[in-house]
Amino acid sequence: MSTSFTPVVVGSAAPDTPAPATPRGVAHRGGSANPSVAALQQRFGNAVQQVDVVWGETNIVVGHDQLLEIVRWLHDDPGQRYDYLSDVTAVEYRDPERPLEVVWHLRSLPFRRFLRLKVRLARGAAVLEVPSVWSVYKGADWLERECFDMFGIRFAGHPDLRRILMWEQYKEGFPLRKDFPLRGRFSRSEQLRQALAANPEARYSKEELSIADAFEDLPDDMRRRLTAGEKTGE
Amino acid sequence: MGLSRRPDAASVQVTGGGEPWVTTRLDFVVNWARANSLWPMPFGTACCAIEFMATAASRYDLARFGMERQSFSPRQADVLICAGRVPFKLAPVLRRIWQQMPQPKWCISMGACASSGGMFDNYAVVQGIDTIIPVDVYVPGCPPRPEGLMYGILMLQQKVKNERAADKSLRNEMEPDPRSQLYIPPSVIDELSEPFGNSVHQTRSGL
Repeated sequence: MSTSFTPVVVGSAAPDTPAPATPRGVAHRGGSANPSVAALQQRFGNAVQQVDVVWGETNIVVGHDQLLEIVRWLHDDPGQRYDYLSDVTAVEYRDPERPLEVVWHLRSLPFRRFLRLKVRLARGAAVLEVPSVWSVYKGADWLERECFDMFGIRFAGHPDLRRILMWEQYKEGFPLRKDFPLRGRFSRSEQLRQALAANPEARYSKEELSIADAFEDLPDDMRRRLTAGEKTGE
Repeated sequence: MGLSRRPDAASVQVTGGGEPWVTTRLDFVVNWARANSLWPMPFGTACCAIEFMATAASRYDLARFGMERQSFSPRQADVLICAGRVPFKLAPVLRRIWQQMPQPKWCISMGACASSGGMFDNYAVVQGIDTIIPVDVYVPGCPPRPEGLMYGILMLQQKVKNERAADKSLRNEMEPDPRSQLYIPPSVIDELSEPFGNSVHQTRSGL
């Protein structure tokens, strides 16, 4: 892992684009799409299944299998430079026929672009699974864990796919799914009994409590300071 | 009018609990000291904690009630002030903090969420911390104004001043059932958590 850090200047790659301002008179539908879409269509062809411009933001639906490839290209390509994954989430619609959608919000700081990627997951699949983008964005780690925790969507390739908000022994299901009752599936006393049975200190793994494993990944100066005996958090 | 003679010892009747004069006076002194130096342990989880901070700050000034020393360690605290909603994931933490506090100890449940779950009648939030730990004073409000919290504190001081040192049962720890870790029966918890008001008519989502 590189320890050098070059600051990203917002808009530096596209000096001609206007500085951001509160948009006015934006149409609900239609308008010019994000220029990355044309580049994507040219490179990946039919993998881009649908393009919508909603309130001036571009949403594209891509194929399940090409997702990781597309995200990696958007991140790496010098003409795109989507360097910030701001959210990973999912949507389940009230219409039981409509597929679940997993949503990635990508932002390109150098080009001042925003792109929303969606993958549709067919109903009735035994396992809801999409590829993890953790290998491209390390920040996807907790976002994907939250999405798994709330929707039960598995992210193939995630290094540590555990619940993050609910406790790990939580047995009631996935709270943001439409078939999940608002008050949970168990009675209040049973919920409380299960919650109190948990040892509050047992939920943290050794990796979370210790930075020893991450020592090699730390920046040079921090490694020097830690080696010299400096304690963090004091 | 007036006393025509000094009451002699035989005519003085000890009423009530039958405790001798020394004990009641000792109670008074002990309770006076306790009530006026309650050290709060703030357990702030939500917006009520902001009001609690406002109460502790200079304008409302909790120090007037002997509470200027905020104890952020449960082992040196007298009052647990639970300010804010408590999710189920936090329930064992709150229980443990309460168990770490030495006797004598009291608990103020500040705000609607801590007292009853408030508007969060959902899968994640404990429906009243009295299902986890015993509570002395409930302060209603969403969040309560500092005046409300101070009124609750004054009520707690009244309660402390009326305690009797001879009554050992006041200082009994409530031991939870070792199997279920609940200290009140499950049926009571279900009854306490039963939704009321508009909440009853709320539809359950989905199938």
